[in-house]
Amino acid sequence: MQLVRAHVLVCGGKNCTASGSEQVREAFAKELEKKKLDQEIRLVETDCHGFCEMGPLVIVYPEGTFYVRVTAEDVPVIIEEHLVKGRPVDRLLYKAPVKEDEIPKYKELDFYRKQHRVALRNCGSINPEKIEEYIARGGYASLEKAIYDLTPEQVIEETKTSGLRGRGGGGFPTGLKWEFCRRSPGDLKYLICNADEGDPGAFMDRSILEGDPHSLIEGMAIAAYAIGCSEGYIYCRAEYPLAIKRLKIAIAQAEELGLLGDNILGTDFSFTLHIKEGAGAFVCGEETALMASIEGKRGMPRVRPPFPAQKGLWDKPSNINNVETYANVPMIIGKGADWFGSMGTEKSKGTKVFALTGKVNNTGLVEVPMGVTIRDIIFEIGGGIVGGKEYKGVQIGGPSGGCIPASLMDTPVDYESLIEAGAMMGSGGLVVMDETTCMVDLSRFFLNFTQSESCGKCTPCREGTKRMLEILTRICEGEGVPEDIETLERLGRVIKSTALCGLGNTAPNPVLSTLRYFRDEYEAHIYDKRCPAHACSALLVYTIDEEKCSGCGRCARACPAGAITGEKKEPHKIDPEKCIKCGSCIESCKRGAILRL
Amino acid sequence: MALVTVTIDGLTVQVPEGTSVLDAARSIGINIPALCHDPDLIPVGACRLCVVEVENMRNLPASCVTICTEGMVIRTNTPQIKEARKTILELLVANHPLDCLTCEKSGDCLLQEYCYEYGVKSDIFKGEQHDYPLEDDNPFYIRDMNKCIVCGRCIRTCEEVVGRNILDFSYRGFKTKPGPFMDTTMSASDCVYCGSCVTVCPVGALVEKERIGKGRHWEIEKVKTVCPYCGTGCTIDLNVKDGKVIGVTGNPDGDVNGRFLCVKGRFGYEFIDSDQRLKKPLIKKDGEFVEASWDEATSLVASKLQENKEKNGPDSTAVLSSARCTNEENYLLSKFTRAVIGTNNIDHCARL
Repeated sequence: MQLVRAHVLVCGGKNCTASGSEQVREAFAKELEKKKLDQEIRLVETDCHGFCEMGPLVIVYPEGTFYVRVTAEDVPVIIEEHLVKGRPVDRLLYKAPVKEDEIPKYKELDFYRKQHRVALRNCGSINPEKIEEYIARGGYASLEKAIYDLTPEQVIEETKTSGLRGRGGGGFPTGLKWEFCRRSPGDLKYLICNADEGDPGAFMDRSILEGDPHSLIEGMAIAAYAIGCSEGYIYCRAEYPLAIKRLKIAIAQAEELGLLGDNILGTDFSFTLHIKEGAGAFVCGEETALMASIEGKRGMPRVRPPFPAQKGLWDKPSNINNVETYANVPMIIGKGADWFGSMGTEKSKGTKVFALTGKVNNTGLVEVPMGVTIRDIIFEIGGGIVGGKEYKGVQIGGPSGGCIPASLMDTPVDYESLIEAGAMMGSGGLVVMDETTCMVDLSRFFLNFTQSESCGKCTPCREGTKRMLEILTRICEGEGVPEDIETLERLGRVIKSTALCGLGNTAPNPVLSTLRYFRDEYEAHIYDKRCPAHACSALLVYTIDEEKCSGCGRCARACPAGAITGEKKEPHKIDPEKCIKCGSCIESCKRGAILRL
Repeated sequence: MALVTVTIDGLTVQVPEGTSVLDAARSIGINIPALCHDPDLIPVGACRLCVVEVENMRNLPASCVTICTEGMVIRTNTPQIKEARKTILELLVANHPLDCLTCEKSGDCLLQEYCYEYGVKSDIFKGEQHDYPLEDDNPFYIRDMNKCIVCGRCIRTCEEVVGRNILDFSYRGFKTKPGPFMDTTMSASDCVYCGSCVTVCPVGALVEKERIGKGRHWEIEKVKTVCPYCGTGCTIDLNVKDGKVIGVTGNPDGDVNGRFLCVKGRFGYEFIDSDQRLKKPLIKKDGEFVEASWDEATSLVASKLQENKEKNGPDSTAVLSSARCTNEENYLLSKFTRAVIGTNNIDHCARL
């Protein structure tokens, strides 16, 4: 094996790729070859490191120097300065938004230091298309341990003891689910992985699928051994072509090494894994709809019971978990239930990956032990609110989740506490909101999503979310009436308690939770025709402060609608009838004389 | 069969294991409204109108798909349930043309019945309504998807009863509607127009063309008889108004068919009042058909058969029956051929 003196890791995750990491990698390859350094320095394309806000990311080992927002033009400088002369390039180092001092080392960054990576253990550190790299990091040792040293019952017991709960949102104890399926009568049982990650802004599972597919495959193989499944399906959304490509590579590699397929590791245990691509329906993330979709039917949920463990895919007992849940399994079997149980809270063990987005400085993927507070995630890891604005709340759990206000930012992030606060863990979306986010508008956004993704089977979800959306739209446009709040609450109550599946049961959550914590914003829209966050354009009024206006005419020239008039050097006026509320005048005024109310 | 004991609205009832809460309640006279439920179809719990409260269960489960378990305590009429049912009906009505004055289904419409029961007004939720064109491209029934409440009974009937699988849902969310593959027209599909979907539709979304304007549900007298078309012997109800047949429906108690019929049995009754209908026997005299009495006609046939048998032997006669005849008719003809004429030369058209 050839020894190299340095590794250059270029992030090839989707967000870094979008910011141009491919050009950076090509520049490195070209430049290293040109300088004849390609034999002593190895260039590696990794998957997502989670710190997408700062991409494209480049990490130089052995030092672990963390370069952010690197462009192809920076590449010769990094090579010349850092790799040849040994001097890190200061201007490309990450600067913490709170503290101004520079922190050059990868592991020392606040963003990573406070995290605890279990499910994402290999993401960004290995080449996901090489099984050898996964094995080198201890991969497949847990599968070997399970098959050779443990009985299926012991694997289930270990998983139960660990306290692992479903990471797809429901939080059902994983070991218990496996036990139900194992005990269910039948020779043929199916193991299914739900990789139909559909919440807007969520990409936790995608990172594992693209960055460390073998951790999923190993987890599934262990589960298959424990339950007694000989066949498995990964239901992956078709919008993840790279994930599908890497899964295919990973499955082929694992089969070649005898880690999947017939007689795994020379034993009697056989497990074949298939990939089934979704077709773009959010509801197919619901387990019964997912199974219908695998069977080739329209993806529509059905009533439970019977649960999948009793009657699942093709009416056979089946077990469904999501990607992150399976990715935790090898660590539990490898390091033991006690190690896993030492992280998290009493009822929510281990870690959880969140997609941190919105008005926060460090957006990206974070994995934290359960029970850390919202404050820790947003202000320690996330680096606080963009532009120093006031923190207003956080939307947790995607379209099924709810809003938790700033006053509850010390709420620990675990299954029970979040439900108590009116939100839910969901798959792990965290959208941070500041004072400029309108909560009515936010609810409208989520309701628009759920109503268009409703499968249409049950009345409350199909018709009810549509009417809720219409009411919310009306309120945002300043046409809300006093009864609207009561109607929203009634619809929310009825949909929540009567809808057929989880999508419908949770669809009103964004509205109900904002009505609970931000009712005054709804009232301001309805009674005062005012949007406190100044976000709903229909409710904004632009006026000119006559005292401050110098009559320079900039605003009148900037206005695309010709709504501003006035004599030179005299205070100008905005005709509200003509004003299209675009905000061009505010940007053009140098004296801050234009007010948006 | 093992029995389970459940309590519904304070009444204790024993039902066979596997009984749904809906059926258990109905068995003791507690009526629970349900739109998507149909006794001839597998329950799916889609309309959610039949929700009830079950102790120790989260949310309000749909009673049609909730199976009674020992000791279950069920309530069917709490304020929460009433609110849920009324809201669901209001949501359906918000997107349903209320032209009950001229709707064929009026008086036989479940939506109408439940809205009356729950005091539902039409103007609670004002918003978008469907505006689909009326589909009358096939000769037998009209589809008005604006009236459809998306209960899915038509789809399930086509799949479970008829086995044609012509229908399924298209689109998602508010736009969801049942129809043939790729939302094409019925006439472009492989539909055989048995009309079973029309039978199960709880509202006026599917209506027989021939019946339009001919009579209200409550004006109709149902006359039980057997379908004249084939040997299957479906029991049918002639729907009669003022002595005139204005439609045919399957008799729910019919042993062979229940409520379901084929295209001929359901839609092919025009001949009853046809001017061309043969009502009396005709005997050809001098190259012309002339009306005769039944006695005259049967005597003529009998004498010809007799004559032929005597002159040329029994095997000179052959009898061809029809698969359209009932089993009883075919039996009689066979007996007549073998015992009276004395030949085995009998066959029927299905063998040809």
